Amino acid sequence: MLMMVLKRLATTIPSLIGVVIVTFLLTRALPGDPAAYFAGAAATPQAVEEVRKQLGLDQPLPLQFVRYVGDLAQGDLGTSLTTGQRVSADIAARLPASAELTLLGLLFSLSIAVPLGVFAALKPGSLIDHACRVIATAGVSLPVFFTGLILVYVFYYLLGWAPAPLGRLDIFFSAPPTVTGFYLIDSLLAGDGEVFWAALKQLVLPVLTLGIFSIAPIARITRASMLAVLSSEFVRTARASGLAPSTVVITYALRNALLPVVTTLGMVFSFLLGANVLVEKVFAWPGIGSYAVEALIASDFAPVQGFVLTMAVLYVALNLMIDILYRVIDPRVRIEA
Amino acid sequence: MKRRDFLKTATATAAVSLLPAPAIRTAWSQSRQETLLFLTESGPNNFDIHGVGTNRPGYEVSWNCYDRLMSYGSKTLPDGTLSYDRDKLVPELAEEWTAGDMSATFKLRKDAKFHDGTPITAKDVKWSFDRAVTVGGFPTFQMKAGSLEKPEQFVAVDDHTFRVDFLRKDKLTMPDLAVIVPAVYNSELIKKNATEKDPWGLEYTKVNTAGGGAYKVTRSQAGTEVVYERFEEWKSGPLPKIKRVIWRMVPSAGNRRALIERGDADISFDLPSKDFAELKAAGKVNVTSTPIGNGIWYLGMNVKKAPFDNVKVRQAVAYILPYQKIMDAVMFGLAKPMYGAASNSASAPVWPQPHGYKPEIEKAKALLAEAGMANGFETTLSFDLGLGVIGEPVSVLIQESLASIGIKATINKIPGANWRGELVKKELPMIVNFFSGWLDYPEYFFFWAYHGQNAVFNTMSYQDAAMDALIDGARKAAAEGDAAAYETDVKGFIDKAFAEVPRVPLFQPYLNVAMQKTITGYQYWFHRQLDYRTLVKG
Repeated sequence: MLMMVLKRLATTIPSLIGVVIVTFLLTRALPGDPAAYFAGAAATPQAVEEVRKQLGLDQPLPLQFVRYVGDLAQGDLGTSLTTGQRVSADIAARLPASAELTLLGLLFSLSIAVPLGVFAALKPGSLIDHACRVIATAGVSLPVFFTGLILVYVFYYLLGWAPAPLGRLDIFFSAPPTVTGFYLIDSLLAGDGEVFWAALKQLVLPVLTLGIFSIAPIARITRASMLAVLSSEFVRTARASGLAPSTVVITYALRNALLPVVTTLGMVFSFLLGANVLVEKVFAWPGIGSYAVEALIASDFAPVQGFVLTMAVLYVALNLMIDILYRVIDPRVRIEA
Repeated sequence: MKRRDFLKTATATAAVSLLPAPAIRTAWSQSRQETLLFLTESGPNNFDIHGVGTNRPGYEVSWNCYDRLMSYGSKTLPDGTLSYDRDKLVPELAEEWTAGDMSATFKLRKDAKFHDGTPITAKDVKWSFDRAVTVGGFPTFQMKAGSLEKPEQFVAVDDHTFRVDFLRKDKLTMPDLAVIVPAVYNSELIKKNATEKDPWGLEYTKVNTAGGGAYKVTRSQAGTEVVYERFEEWKSGPLPKIKRVIWRMVPSAGNRRALIERGDADISFDLPSKDFAELKAAGKVNVTSTPIGNGIWYLGMNVKKAPFDNVKVRQAVAYILPYQKIMDAVMFGLAKPMYGAASNSASAPVWPQPHGYKPEIEKAKALLAEAGMANGFETTLSFDLGLGVIGEPVSVLIQESLASIGIKATINKIPGANWRGELVKKELPMIVNFFSGWLDYPEYFFFWAYHGQNAVFNTMSYQDAAMDALIDGARKAAAEGDAAAYETDVKGFIDKAFAEVPRVPLFQPYLNVAMQKTITGYQYWFHRQLDYRTLVKG
């Protein structure tokens, strides 16, 4: 098993190298000129050149690349010009914020989508099947910023139930000491119930927003895969043997139907993590998506490269985890590259 | 451990840890009273205005956390709002000063201290000014605007006496000493944190405030929040009323508005005109708007590019622009119109002032025909997407009007990151843009925007010897106090700018602020950022 994981990891090295090269070239190919942007309001052409020199952008591309790779080898992702911080520190601070939000959003949508999909598959054409279809279509066709704004408008502005959409914590709380970077976990570790509740309250609306959006793919894939499994022979045999319906559906059918669901889950997760920029914008969430977009707008190379690289590593890790999960769910699956 | 057991234990632990919930709430309401929460769209990238590429929000940190020798006084505008007074310099770190013809001597406060308790001396002032004129980029440039160029100009006479020697007579030298750049830094502290590669400690001051201003940054997370505490031993003015300032960045304009309307935020700074107009109508919060001094949105035409090298074409464009529509549909009436004067000759030596062009389609068509372009032509109209809230609708309206005289303009949206780069190149034929000068003097604006030195803000590449003579003449007259010559020159360059219209002024925008009714003491500043020192809550 360990050998297989290692082997699997080895195969990802070329793709990571590719990512490093491509992001480097792509950021350089962007039309923006960071030197002109950061030279500030009263820049003369000389001032712009001075800034360019300070940023090391006057060097030829290959030289810049060598320097970048050299820094990278030492774990240095460079400095962001927009935030003024080390990119690694920025990402370390922001990734948990996005991850906490995305994981909870996924959990929420799983808890709705899987049962919904299962029931829809058990009774195709029934009311619940139609409901599943309507919810899925509605969820996926409402853009997240729209859902987010509506939720804020109703639950914060009109009803006053939700706390102010001001990021991860109400302003009069300070963040718990960082252990994992997940406020829910850190506050529990610190034994601070007040902060836990405050963080949880802040999470509700953004989690709902993300969750509603991701219900659709998960519910649809659960339904489709359950339909296929339910009509297969081993399920018929199990039913014929007089097993309880719950045992048939959950123990036999669902477990077999889970493989495609897990695959979709992995994709939805990595998609959400990078793509929940809009949710982050609406809820002033200090996440990694909005960070990358802001950097991109300012032609700030280092954070963009750092972001893409982090995402690539995450993606590789996630895929590996899913492959391992496959084996847990279905021992017949072999992890081969 | 079995899974079920694990779940049980985990739930139990979670439940127990939730129990100790101390009653902090009572303490909050009190701290809420002394805390100011305000919102803006984006935050600082650098706490030091001397840094490379410090953005506008960064200026705000500099302004509130560092002292200058002098500051500007305040005055009440006709509409009852407070504004800085460009004509009155008041003591800040310097108790008093004497300004002679070729130098100024400042007496520093003897009791002033930096945040870390070190006394502030003239040595620190000298070091800070040397830094400003040496580091290059924006700070050095801004110092130069007041003829402050060389370290030799700055002399620490003794611990509490500081002298600035002038290179030449310049009316802008003293005002330039009260803008954000010549702030006083804690030289010993920064030197300790400087490196060989970074002798001025710019990396350190990027994320630390090393000054002696009324506030100090105690916590911050880039792009999310900045938290300040009041510096209790601040001596350069009356101790501010607000103990703690929390600045949160909320990217969504809708949410900023919801937060201020629900009463959760105290101030929402720099609002879009539409929100401002609606908040004003709703009447739940106080709203203030002040014209941005020396700031104008304009349509610029590149005089080095055909067909805009022909003054008749430029005048034709000026005679077709939808001035009133822009005021109504884009600015919701919240701007000062820059058109509608009786004629194109200046009435007084003041700037900004309206010009005499108004939409007259026959005149525009005739001018275009005279220029040999009766059938119009094709061009592009560019704007900065970073200011797209205003730039985009203005461009669309202009495009529509130009079409009525046969000029087909394709709209070219340029992302914020590229905008400055494009301006430096001076290739764009026609742009919609905004420019404002910190120092509120006509000759200062014209020096940047119309002078033949062709600064980046002279986006039209307009170069004309007669114009330069008028601008230089006005600067000289101002320095020498020759009012008559000053008036002739200023009126002269304004008339010339209107007659040859390389840029057509559209309107002077307002800076809009919404605040709770309990907040008083808001004052407009030339730097268009918030000064926390005068604010009072409750």
